[in-house]
Amino acid sequence: MPEESILTDEFLRQLINVGEADILVGVPTYNNAATVGQVVQTIRAGLLKYFPRERAVIVNADGGSRDQTPDLVRGASINDAQVSSDIHALRTLHCISAEYPGEPATSTALRTILASADLLRASACAVVSPESTTIEPDWIERLLRPVYQGKFDFVTPLYRRHKFDGLLIRNLVYPMTRAFYGKRVKEPYASEFAFSGQLGSHFLGQEIWVHEAGRTGTEISLTIAAIAGGFRLAQTFLGTKPHLDARSADLVAAMRQTVGALFWSLEPNFQLWSSHADSQAVPTLATGEEVTLEPLRINRKRLLGMFHSGVAELEPVLKQILSATTISELQGIATLEEDEFSYGDELWARTVYEFAASYHKSVISRDHIVQALAPLYRGRAFTFLVENRESSGEEVEQNVETFCLTCERLKPSLVELWNGKK
Amino acid sequence: MREMIVNELTQATQELIREFARFLPRLLVMLIVVLVGWMIAYLLKWILRSILRLAKFDKLSEGAGATQLLNKAALPSSTELVSRFAFWIAWLGFVLLGVSALGILGLEEYVTRFFVFLPRLVVALFFLFFGLLAASFFSRAALLWAVNTDMPSPRLLSSAVRIMITIFTASAVFEELGLADSTMLLAFAIVMGAIMLGLAIAFGIGGQHLARRFLESRFAPGKKETKEGEDELSPL
Repeated sequence: MPEESILTDEFLRQLINVGEADILVGVPTYNNAATVGQVVQTIRAGLLKYFPRERAVIVNADGGSRDQTPDLVRGASINDAQVSSDIHALRTLHCISAEYPGEPATSTALRTILASADLLRASACAVVSPESTTIEPDWIERLLRPVYQGKFDFVTPLYRRHKFDGLLIRNLVYPMTRAFYGKRVKEPYASEFAFSGQLGSHFLGQEIWVHEAGRTGTEISLTIAAIAGGFRLAQTFLGTKPHLDARSADLVAAMRQTVGALFWSLEPNFQLWSSHADSQAVPTLATGEEVTLEPLRINRKRLLGMFHSGVAELEPVLKQILSATTISELQGIATLEEDEFSYGDELWARTVYEFAASYHKSVISRDHIVQALAPLYRGRAFTFLVENRESSGEEVEQNVETFCLTCERLKPSLVELWNGKK
Repeated sequence: MREMIVNELTQATQELIREFARFLPRLLVMLIVVLVGWMIAYLLKWILRSILRLAKFDKLSEGAGATQLLNKAALPSSTELVSRFAFWIAWLGFVLLGVSALGILGLEEYVTRFFVFLPRLVVALFFLFFGLLAASFFSRAALLWAVNTDMPSPRLLSSAVRIMITIFTASAVFEELGLADSTMLLAFAIVMGAIMLGLAIAFGIGGQHLARRFLESRFAPGKKETKEGEDELSPL
C-alpha cells in the first residue's frame, strides 16, 4: 500500500488516535510561520461553522520547518480570531502535525496528505495553501460541500485576480490543458482544491510520484489525473489569489512546475488527448468577480528585451526544437519596434505545440526544452500586456477565450508533429 | 664440379620446398583466422549497429554535439562510425592473431602491444564521447541560465563552459592513451590556471554588477524580476 512507504511512525501514531474521519483538510507547510497560524484558524472556523456534525481533521504535513510552523499549527485556536457565537463543535476537531520523510517538497507533502486521507477513510478532502492569507471560512464550505454531498469528485478554485496576474496560466497552462484534455478547468494549477476519497485513492496509484516532472508539478498532475480518470469535475469561486510565495515570481521554476508537468503528461495520455478536438465546460458552482483592473507599474520593455535576447542567443537551441518556419517568423517579429511588436495567438500556439512535440521526442534535455520556452513566453506576455492595456475584465476573458479556441483549432498539428519522424 | 653445383641446387630447392611445406599450414591457419575473423567482425558490426539503433545512439550523439562534428568532416552517422570502428578493430585483432600464427620473430611483440593498448583505446573513446556529451549539456545549460537571468554575453559564457570541459576531456583522453603524458599535464595546468586567473580578475574587477546580480538571484530569489517602484507580475 502506498501509505506504508510514505507515512512516518509519528504520523501513523497521530492518525491512529484520530480513528476515522468524514472530512480532512490538508495543509502542506515548510517554514510558513508568518502565515500558517491565520490560515489554520480560518480552516478551523470554516469546519466548525459549516461541518459541525462531521468528524473532521486538519492534517499538517511539514517538510522540517525551522521556524516553529508545526507548533503554530497545533496551537492555532479559533478563540484568538473568532468570532461569532454560532461557532460550536459537536465533535472533537482534530488537528495533527508531523514531519514527512525526506527533503521538503510539495509532492511529498501532498502524497502524505493523500495517504492520511486514505488511512482515515475520509470521504471529502481539501488541500489549502499555508500562504493563502486571503482565505475565508466559506472557502472550506465551497470546496468541500460539493464533494461531501457526493455530487463531484474534484473541485478546483476560481480566483479573483488582476487582469495581468497569472499570465502563464492565462497564456499557456489553461488554454493548453483545455485543448489537450477537453475540459475547461480555469485553474489547473491550484493551490486550493478538494477531492473525494475515491479520487484520493486514485491519485495515490498514479505514476506522478515516481517521475521527476510529475513530482515537480504535482498540482497540475493531479488535475490531469482527475480529468484522465473520468472523474466528475467542478469549479467554484473562492476569492482573491494571494501571492506570497517568492518562487511564484521565478519564471523558470514556474514553467517547470506547470509546462514541464503538462508536457510530460501527454506521453501516458496520448490516446485520450489525441482522440477529441473540442472542449467541454466544467460546472461552476459559485461565481464572483474574477478580474480586477487597478493600475500596475509593469516593466514591459524588460519583457521585450529578454524576448529579443532569447531569440538571438538561443538560436542554436531553438533550431533543434522548432520548425524552420516558426523560427523564421520569430526572428521576423524580433526585428519589429516595440509599438509594432505582436506575438499573435496562432504563432504562440504553434510554438507551444512544437515545443510539446520536441519534448516528446527528447530532441535535447527535456528540462532544457522547458527552459528555452521561457524567453519566448516573455514575448507573448508583452503582447498580452499591450493588447489588454485598456481592456475591461470581460474583454480580457474574451481574448483568453479566443486564444483557447485557436489552440483547439490547431491541435491536429500537434498530433501530426507527435507522430512525425522529425 | 658440375655435379657439386647440381647437388647444392637440389639441396637448396629441397630445403626451400621443405620450408614452404612447413610454412604452408601456418599460412593456411593465418588465412583461416583472418577469414573467420572477418566474419566475426562483420557479425559484431551488425549486432552493434542494431543495438545502437535500438538505443537511439544517433540522437544521443546529436545531443552531445558529435553529429555536427561528424557532418562537418563529411563522416557517416555516429552509429555507422562506431560499428565500422568496432569491425576494423575486431578484424585487425584477428589479422594480428593470424600473423602471430606465422611465427615470425619480432612481430609477436607488436601483436602483444596492440592487445594491451586496445582496452585503453576503448576507454579513451568512451571518455571522448561522454566528455563531448557533458560539454554540450553544460554549455547549453549555461546558455539557458544566462538568457533567463538576463546575464550579459550568454554565448560567451556558454562557449567558455564548453571549452573548459573539452580541454579537460582532451587531457583525460591523452592521459588514457599515454600520449605525451607530461606535456599534456603541463599544458592542461597552464591553460586551466590561465583561465581561472583570467576569470578571477574579470569577475573581481570587471564583473561587480554581474557578481551582485548572481548573488541576488542565488540568495534573494523573487527580487530579481523587478526594479524599485515596479509591481511584481506572478506567472502563476
